[in-house]
Amino acid sequence: MEDTYRRIDADPEFHALSKRRSRLSWALTAVVAFSFYLWIFVIAFKPAWFAQTLGPDTVLTVGIAGGLGVIVLAVTLTGIYIWQANQHFDAQNRKIVAHAQSEPQT
Amino acid sequence: MKKLKQLPLLFGLGLLAWAGSAAADVATALHNMFTLPADTSAINTKAVAMFFGFVIVSLGITFWAAKRTKSTSDFYTAGGKIGGFQNGLAICGDWCSSAALMGVAALIYSTGFDGLIYSVVPFGAWPLMMFLLADRLRNLGKYTLADIVSVRMARVPSRTLVSSASLAFVIGYLIVQMVGAGTLISNLFGLNYEMAQVIIGVLIVVYVAFGGMIATTYVQLIKAVLLLSGATFIVFLVLQKFGFSMNGLYQAAVDNSPLKVGVMQPGVLLPDPVNAISCGVMLILGGAAMPHVLMRFFTVPDAKEARRSVAWAASLIGYFYLLTFFIGYGAIAFVMKNPEFLDAKGVIIGGANMAAIHLAKAMGGDLLLGFISAVAFATIVAVVAGLTIAGASAISHDIYANMLRHGQATDAEVMKVSRIAALGLGVLGIVLGIAFKGQNIAYLIVLPFTISSTVFFPVLFLSMYWRRLTTTGMVTGGWLGLASAIVMLVVGPTIWKDIMGHPEALFPYKYPALFSISISFVTMIVVSLLDKSARAKAELASFDDQFVRSQTGLGAEGAVQH
Repeated sequence: MEDTYRRIDADPEFHALSKRRSRLSWALTAVVAFSFYLWIFVIAFKPAWFAQTLGPDTVLTVGIAGGLGVIVLAVTLTGIYIWQANQHFDAQNRKIVAHAQSEPQT
Repeated sequence: MKKLKQLPLLFGLGLLAWAGSAAADVATALHNMFTLPADTSAINTKAVAMFFGFVIVSLGITFWAAKRTKSTSDFYTAGGKIGGFQNGLAICGDWCSSAALMGVAALIYSTGFDGLIYSVVPFGAWPLMMFLLADRLRNLGKYTLADIVSVRMARVPSRTLVSSASLAFVIGYLIVQMVGAGTLISNLFGLNYEMAQVIIGVLIVVYVAFGGMIATTYVQLIKAVLLLSGATFIVFLVLQKFGFSMNGLYQAAVDNSPLKVGVMQPGVLLPDPVNAISCGVMLILGGAAMPHVLMRFFTVPDAKEARRSVAWAASLIGYFYLLTFFIGYGAIAFVMKNPEFLDAKGVIIGGANMAAIHLAKAMGGDLLLGFISAVAFATIVAVVAGLTIAGASAISHDIYANMLRHGQATDAEVMKVSRIAALGLGVLGIVLGIAFKGQNIAYLIVLPFTISSTVFFPVLFLSMYWRRLTTTGMVTGGWLGLASAIVMLVVGPTIWKDIMGHPEALFPYKYPALFSISISFVTMIVVSLLDKSARAKAELASFDDQFVRSQTGLGAEGAVQH
């Protein structure tokens, strides 16, 4: 097993894949964290922004819509990550592992 | 090293002694248990019938699961054979405790908009768990969190830290659930508090000791289905009253609430930025690293199924928290001015925690009330079962099999210890539940979340993402963080001032997480960087292998055998 790990580690394809995967993870984390903290910080420091109603004949406020938005965004981005991982990352991963295992044992 | 090994044992004994003295009045407790409440008309027969229905079905499942629980792998992780969808439902079950249904509704009922913050907070924690931890955890893990850490770190010190913290987490969370459950069940079914503790304790021991992870998963699954369908049905009935106009519902809430339009606007929940940020960090990092939830990633066959389960869990939990937006405001619209649910002074009967339950009665009469009561009961039982199996795994797999027997114990021996541990935790839950009767449990939830955010998150994150982490650094930082968290909690406003009655708290903040997490992270990093031992060099060198495994899943437990 250790030999296979070394061979995978020496494969530039593997590091390219890891980088793509981690770039996506961190980007999505940043987007969710940003929208979440934006919502929280507006509540803490600028509550008046969220107190406005969405229109003249509704009592729904910007704050409530924003809260619903954060939840929907988090769930949607999860979907995107999983779709990416299942569509692309897994296939590339299998190729890298198969390649490393097919090489003659040293 | 010898001394370290004794720590969890000493810790457990200390806790037992403390629990024993707290429950000194056993006779009173026993007497209360077998005395019916004075007002037997409070017993809701439909609720009791549905409650028995749930108990019978769950015991049937346990019987079925017991025949399939042959090895330790079956016991801890259901043999890694749970499908992504089922596991997603079960994670949803673990995540949405009774606090999610009744607590969030209660907060919205009493504070309006500010209560919504608790509906949105989980979505700050989820991404961390999904994007940064889920895949790697599945690829590195076996049965417990300690397994992940000991892929690269020295076995005994790392397991001592993680398993002790897991037990402290489980016991802290268990108290919260048991006390909440006792109060809830005595309100709902007219049962007395002590009897409720015993019923829950016995059910949990049966589920976990005999049915292991398979029974626990299916109990979670049923509970999640019941919770989601019950909540959906209430929201459907609420919206129907307004011709499915969301604005109609919120208008009615505005008209009914003493806050008027204030019920739709941010209030004064976050007056102190340090406390607010500390509380937020605690909920987010702590929520992302709870052992009984992360353990669920080991019940699926591979990283792909782990991701599928996260997708399902995220969608279902998202859907559930969207419903709480309607349930909370529905309670304002239909409960707040309804004399049926108010006492002589106009205060809601049973406290704000009953808001969601009263709403069920207002919408669907006794039948829906009975159904939602049974759901609330199932919710508690399922979460306690999840906690118990996490605790039993820490005791039998980490402490017994790996630390005391150094991996030399047979499967049968470990199974026996697991079952005894489940029994012990069940009894401890009952004793602590009775000892803490009538206590303010809101502060107790701070302990498990502080532990989770101070120990589990830094340990998992750094061991998977940071090459330079060494055992010495991790263990020093983890223990120091844990100790500082406990000290700050004890000398903080809640315990030192409110409970012990000192005039001023020695530590000014209710939520020490921000400080204890910083201590934990900084110590881990500094000590690791200073660590020049031979062991540290070996651990550094093994990072590459761990990294390849965490990324590819090659060599992962339950993956294709080579």
